[in-house]
Parts: sequence; structure tokens; C-alpha cells
Amino acid sequence: MSKILVIAEHLGGKLNSSTARAVSAAIAVKGEAIDVLVLSDAPDAIAAEAAKIDGVSRVLTVAKPENAHPLAAVLAPQIAKVAAGYSHVFVPSTTFGKDVAPRVAALLGVAQVSDVMSVEAAHTFKRPIYAGNAIITVEADASHTVVATIRSASWSAAGNGSHSAPVEALSIDAALPTHTRFVELKQGSSDRPDLQSASKVVSGGRGVGSKENFDIIYKFADKIGAAVGASRAAVDAGYVPSEMQVGQTGKIIAPELYMAIGISGAIQHLTGIKDAGTIVAINKDGEAPIFEIADFGLVGDLFKIIPELEQAL
Amino acid sequence: MKILVGYKRVVDYNVRIQVKSDGTGVVTDGVKLSANPFDDIALEEALRLREKGVAEEVIVVGIGPADLTAHLRNGLAMGANRAIHVVTTDAVQPLTAARVFLKLVEKEQPGLVILGKQAIDDDANQTGQMLAALWDRPQATFASKVEIADGKATVTREVDAGLEVIEAELPAVITTDLRLNEPRFIKLPDIMKAKSKPIDTIEFGSLGVEAHDHLKTTHYAAPAKRSKGVMVKDAAELVAALKQKGLL
Repeated sequence: MSKILVIAEHLGGKLNSSTARAVSAAIAVKGEAIDVLVLSDAPDAIAAEAAKIDGVSRVLTVAKPENAHPLAAVLAPQIAKVAAGYSHVFVPSTTFGKDVAPRVAALLGVAQVSDVMSVEAAHTFKRPIYAGNAIITVEADASHTVVATIRSASWSAAGNGSHSAPVEALSIDAALPTHTRFVELKQGSSDRPDLQSASKVVSGGRGVGSKENFDIIYKFADKIGAAVGASRAAVDAGYVPSEMQVGQTGKIIAPELYMAIGISGAIQHLTGIKDAGTIVAINKDGEAPIFEIADFGLVGDLFKIIPELEQAL
Repeated sequence: MKILVGYKRVVDYNVRIQVKSDGTGVVTDGVKLSANPFDDIALEEALRLREKGVAEEVIVVGIGPADLTAHLRNGLAMGANRAIHVVTTDAVQPLTAARVFLKLVEKEQPGLVILGKQAIDDDANQTGQMLAALWDRPQATFASKVEIADGKATVTREVDAGLEVIEAELPAVITTDLRLNEPRFIKLPDIMKAKSKPIDTIEFGSLGVEAHDHLKTTHYAAPAKRSKGVMVKDAAELVAALKQKGLL
């Protein structure tokens, strides 16, 4: 029977919703146990959140000052040690998971299944390749631990009602390297919803024209309570910071409503939004590829249309 | 210092990928092949470090069949000093690629290995991290800025929460993100010059790397298509439609 270890992602003492999505994938394996591992300098509050996720059998914590920041070189040896008793190790396919999971897999001497979209059987998964232009079915060797990253946009977060899993502190004896050190994290401060978990996202592209002009996108997003994203073109042009990029190499998201404004729709961008519920495209070029996948398209000047939308709300 | 650069050949990013109707793969016959864009960025970064005097030698590494030589010549034309061609006709999975790189690292003793964060064919995003683990050295993935001084790399990484800065003692593995640099174009005289640069050929079998693949791909399918929706005539109609769906 399968036993699955899910690695919790957290920041600033709070659990990231990608963890509950990875738990959903773990539930789909239909194993006998799902344990969540929290590595932190102060794991208690994070563990308490994780314990509420439906389907979780136990929450395991490893409290070490070295775990204050998510350095893959430091976390991977600890995860590899805990992984010994498990058939599967699932990690969210975020920059956190993409960084640490392959390091764990290599320490265990096993392959990794990246970006799991669906669990077909305990050792059979579907994942995208070529920017999502092909979906492959992959079979992992059942005699080895399966290390996989879970594509957040493909899984809804497991519920958290009255569930209360036990929390156990582990002491792990692993030699931790000091050759990699955290210096700082420069975060854009924002009161807006988180781009990766928001139910509505408004994104701007090159058509917005400048950093100053992007205000019109922010204001409209605030009016409808949406997170703000951007195309690679808008990030490269310096209109917005890189953490707002949506697409193959940026964030892959699945909001209920996605509004692409002034975005032509390069295939790499479309990869990041394919799983959205409803896609709206506003672009002055009626031939823009974004209209090929949009549920609702509106051709015209965004600087005229956005005020009209606000009026019509 | 030597810098080892992974230089993979992939289906060009502009090609519209077609899945074979029998589900056995994607169509690659007659399709344009190019360097993985992230590997071009990796090579450019290595060349800039050499131009700054941080490194003396840049070596591009390719793993693939005999005809990969032409691709490696492009890396030499871009400015690499020499190339290593690990010859195999089999597709190589990330763990195997990392083991190959480890063998080359042991032989060449580089101060840095720079790889693309992912190849745009299998989108695995694993090889750099796996190499760093096997080598027991630091990894700085998704780099958008690299500074080398005093035996360490200070790397700005593009992470979901923003920009993270870490310090990594050398030797180390760096994987590149899109905004690290803009790769240079290859000029004709450089192509001529590249013809005389050395390419070492190593048979995969001679490296003693375990080539057992843990992952088997059993089926390829085209993704579920989104159907084209409707065009609305103005903002009012759009808002009405979204309200009707309960989205606003």
C-alpha cells in the first residue's frame, strides 16, 4: 500500500495553498496514509494549519534554525531521510518545489515526475510537455520511491473543515551543508489577492504600454477583487516585477475568471492560463491569437474599454 | 576557472507541436531544431563571465546522437572554447543527464556549471538540481542575476514570492531564468572560426553511468482544446455576460 509524504510550502509562518493542492493529488493515489512534513525554524503555526487539511493522517515537523529559509541544499537531505518510510514524496510544483524536489530525488537515486496533472494509478501519472502542447502518461518504477511535483493549477485545494490530524515533532540527524546561504527576499508588498490562488485574475500585456499605464489594470483589478498578472512582454519591458508573470516559465494559474488585457496571446502565455474557468480577452487587434481560446472577446482600445467596464459594473 | 555549460538541442520554440495520431510521440521529423533557449542564456552568461575575466574557459556539453556535432558548433560559434559531445542514440532522462554531468565535472573540475532551468521539450526542470545533489554542491536555480567574487556566487533568483538573493560557495550549479541576459547573435566569421575549435567525443557507454530509466512514457495525447468563444460588441455586453455566469 502507498504511503505519501507531502512537503509543506510556507512563507512568513503561513502555509501556502499549494500544499493543500498537493494533498488532493495524494488523496488521488488512494494510499493508506498521507503525512505532511513541515520544515521550518518555527513550524508550530504552520503545522496547525496543515493539520486541518482533509485527508491528512499526520503532520510531521522538523524545527531547526537552518530551516528558516527554504534552501534546497539544506532541506533536501532532511526530506530524503524522512522519505525512507514512504512510497511517494509529493511537492507542490511552485518555484519552491521545483527547486527542492529534484535534489531529493537525486539523493534517493530516483527519477522525478514533474508537474503531475492527474493520478491514473499509484505509479501512473499524466504530465504536460512542450509547454502543455502534449500530455504524456508516465509510469514510474513501482520498486522505487516516487518523487513528484504537483501542478497546482490542475488540483483544487483539499478541504479544511473540522479535520484535526495529530502533529508530531521529528528530530532528524542529517549533516546540513553551510555552502549555501540565504541573503534576502525582495517581495512586492501588495494587499491584492495572491496570483496563484485568486479566483479572479486581471493581466496586462505589452498593449498597456508603460509602467505608469499599468495603474489602469491595478485599479480595475481592485474594483473586482482580482489579483494582477502580466505577460512576459510586460515583465521584460519593465512594466511590472517578474513575480507577476503568467505563462510557461512564469506562474501557471487556474482562476475562475481570467481577463487578458492588451495581451496578444503567445503560446507560452496561453500555457499558463489554459485551465482557467472563463477567459476574457480585450485587445485592439482582432486577429490576436488570444481570441482563439477566449470565451469572451472584445476588440478595441483598452484605455477606452476599461473605464466603460467600470461604469457597467 | 572553467565553466561547464549544458547545451541541449530541442524542437524550436516557434514550432507548433503535433502529437502523432497513434499516441507514440510527437512529430519531430523535418521539424526545425534549435538550442534550448535557456541554454543559450546559460552560454551567454558563461561567455560574459569569461569576458569579465572571472573565467578562462567555457565548455559546452551536449548529450545526443552523432549529428549533434552541428549543434555544438553553434555553441562554439557563439564563443565557447571547446565542446564535449557525449554520444548516445537513446533519449536521456534528467537523472541520467545529471550523472553524465557529474562524470564530466570530476574530469574537468569546473568552478561553475551553468544549465538552463528547464528544456522546452520535456519541461522537466530537474537536471541542475540533481547534479548539485550528486555533486554535493550548492544550487542557485532560476537565476536572473549572477555576481561572482571571493570564491562565491551571489545569485538573484526569480521565485514565486519575488526575488530571492542567495550566496553559494564555488564550485556551484546555476540554472538560468529568462531575464538573466539576452544571448548574442552568431556572426558569420564566428561560424568560420568555430570550425577549428575542438569537440571531444565521449561514448556514453565509456562513462560508466547507469542508464536505467525509472520513468516510462506509455502514451502521448494532444491537450484538451478550449473552444473559441463569442465576440461581444462592447463593455456593457461583456459585463452582462460575466454577471450572468456569476463571475462579477
